[in-house]
Amino acid sequence: MSGLSPAPPVLLARIGKPNSVSLDSYVADGGYASWKKVLEGVKGGEWTPAKVTDMVKASGLRGRGGAGFPCGMKWTFVPTKEKRGDKPVYLLCNADESEPGTFKDRLLIEKDPHQILEGMMLASFALDVKHAYIYIRGEMVHGAEILDKAVAEAHEKGFLGTDVLGSGVDLTITVHRGAGAYICGEETALIESLEGKRGHPRIKPPFPAVSGAWGCPTVVNNVETLSCVKHIVDRGAEWFKGVGRNEKNTGPKLYCVSGHVEKPGVYEAPTGIPWEELLALAGGVRGGRKLKAVIPGGSSAPMLTAAEIAGVPMDFDGLVAAKSMFGSAGIIVMDETTDIPKAVTNIAKFYAHESCGQCTPCREGTPWLLKMLRRIVNGEGKKSDLDLLLQISNQMGNGMTICVFSDAAIAPVISGITKFRGEFEAYIEKSTKPEFEQKAPTDLTNEIADRKAAGIHS
Amino acid sequence: MSGGQNLPVAEQAGNPRVGEHGALSCGRTLSFSRETRADFDRLLGRYPTKQAALLPTLWLAQREWGWISREAVDYVATLLELAPAFVWGVVTFYTMYNRAPVGKHLIQVCTSISCHLNGAEEVFHECKKRLGGLKTGEVSSDGKFTVVEVECLAQCDKAPAVMVNDDDYFVITKDKLDAFLGGLK
Ligand SMILES: Cc1cc2nc3c(=O)[nH]c(=O)nc-3n(C[C@H](O)[C@H](O)[C@H](O)COP(=O)(O)O)c2cc1C
Ligand code: SF4
Ligand code: FES
Repeated sequence: MSGLSPAPPVLLARIGKPNSVSLDSYVADGGYASWKKVLEGVKGGEWTPAKVTDMVKASGLRGRGGAGFPCGMKWTFVPTKEKRGDKPVYLLCNADESEPGTFKDRLLIEKDPHQILEGMMLASFALDVKHAYIYIRGEMVHGAEILDKAVAEAHEKGFLGTDVLGSGVDLTITVHRGAGAYICGEETALIESLEGKRGHPRIKPPFPAVSGAWGCPTVVNNVETLSCVKHIVDRGAEWFKGVGRNEKNTGPKLYCVSGHVEKPGVYEAPTGIPWEELLALAGGVRGGRKLKAVIPGGSSAPMLTAAEIAGVPMDFDGLVAAKSMFGSAGIIVMDETTDIPKAVTNIAKFYAHESCGQCTPCREGTPWLLKMLRRIVNGEGKKSDLDLLLQISNQMGNGMTICVFSDAAIAPVISGITKFRGEFEAYIEKSTKPEFEQKAPTDLTNEIADRKAAGIHS
Repeated sequence: MSGGQNLPVAEQAGNPRVGEHGALSCGRTLSFSRETRADFDRLLGRYPTKQAALLPTLWLAQREWGWISREAVDYVATLLELAPAFVWGVVTFYTMYNRAPVGKHLIQVCTSISCHLNGAEEVFHECKKRLGGLKTGEVSSDGKFTVVEVECLAQCDKAPAVMVNDDDYFVITKDKLDAFLGGLK
């Protein structure tokens, strides 16, 4: 059997069912069976933390938050009890989902919160965590309410608390709301934010697994990753490994398809589904138009032309081979009517707004890229602008900064200009000021100033 | 140091200031209502440090007063034993803490890429136009509306996406704007 053959959904199995958020409906569908099974096996030694970790390792599960790091391996970086002494271990569920084009975690949070909680419980057991947090982005107000209620229900029914189900295991979960800042999705910025600070990414090492929240060993995992853990303990590592293109790209995966498609939405498919099949799931390109380009992993991923994405397996290694990345599996489809320079300018606006401001190349570079792109699409571009844009971009990437935000910010600019240079040149050819040195346009400054002057949103 | 003349007026006049580190104070005392105070007390037990309760406490302050004033900053700083300057630094980092009063309906239009591909900028500009040429962040004269531009709301499949206060609205295209705005009473 091919690991890519379509199967009934697993992660999305309960979505669309009436009252899918309630604990009773979750239990009626077999939910919390794994959590019970594990806890009941603790005293007899049938279930140990190492056993859960080994299952996750054997499953080949890679992080669904963006970097694709092997989940089980990350867990083993947490120092042993002897080494960490009295320090508690924290598990943080990353529910900050803010990467443009990504909306899978929201669906899981709003429709099946107990699936996430059960994944967190099993991960907490594996990592000896007594207090786990869910960091949810501030904009998901209802999502936070749903999670809060789910946590309260789980406490009430005895799935959380002290001595859970008589096993001797203690576990509390706290829902923590962010307040609007993309960078807080980066794991060390998330930790700073949880600690009550500005979301400034930390210099690594030390990595969170060694020194994270409040200086204690901390594992940060994405909502979808933790949801997968639940199913791995349910069905076994072999099952998970059997779904997907190969042993490095395993398991069921959520794909967020948006932009110019007939049926935008979240689709579950085996990791590595070929591009054409995924596009077909989303109903194809809108209005029967031709495909122009695809951003395959959230706005931070280099865009691919229609020719480049043909036949590409949509997974971690397939997209790296195609010189892009899988990232958050936010797949943004652009049809033939798309104005690429404007799309790139739009993405540059996002990064200029979201830079945390710690590193000079990123803080200064992101607004500069935007200013130059703005003047090109506003018909005031200079002939030298495109090379200058590439030059600035190259000075912003390649490890010049504390986190990879800066690399993400330049990916759309570099890929857009190299692959669709003609479209940028067409703007510059029509430019009213092609030759002369000119001041930076006031346009961007206006907009950011607009937001700032308003004093309520900058 | 003697330069009395350079001291701020309030201090010269001997007006007491709020909080331990009064530099940012505006001189008016605020405090939480009883219910909010109870919510605050519950918060503290969820974190190993007091400081970690800062974001949730600011949320409580915004719920209580609608926005985060300098007085609210001082009050929160006192509650959590933090410097007001630090609290203010945190408030200004995050976009969702309102640093000025907003209209009854805070209309937040996403203009990130998937919404952009579906005409979001036009929706944003048109929205302000139909509300009488409202500027970004401004409160309409009847106090009902404020319009701001926001980044991706993780609703990209329902683009253009708009959030009004805590509620999500989808596929707000230009031709649906009148009905959408009319629905906000
Ligand atoms: C700028 C930036 C933003 C990020 N945003 C998110 C996010 O919103 N959600 C997420 O799960 N991971 C995000 N990540 C990745 C996290 O840093 C981290 O790798 C991930 O949460 C680990 O979980 P995983 O191993 O389960 O994927 C972001 C990374 C960067 C650099
Ligand atoms: S690269 Fe940008 S976002 Fe990341 S730490 Fe530096 S300034 Fe902040
Ligand atoms: S781009 Fe608008 S909601 Fe994601």
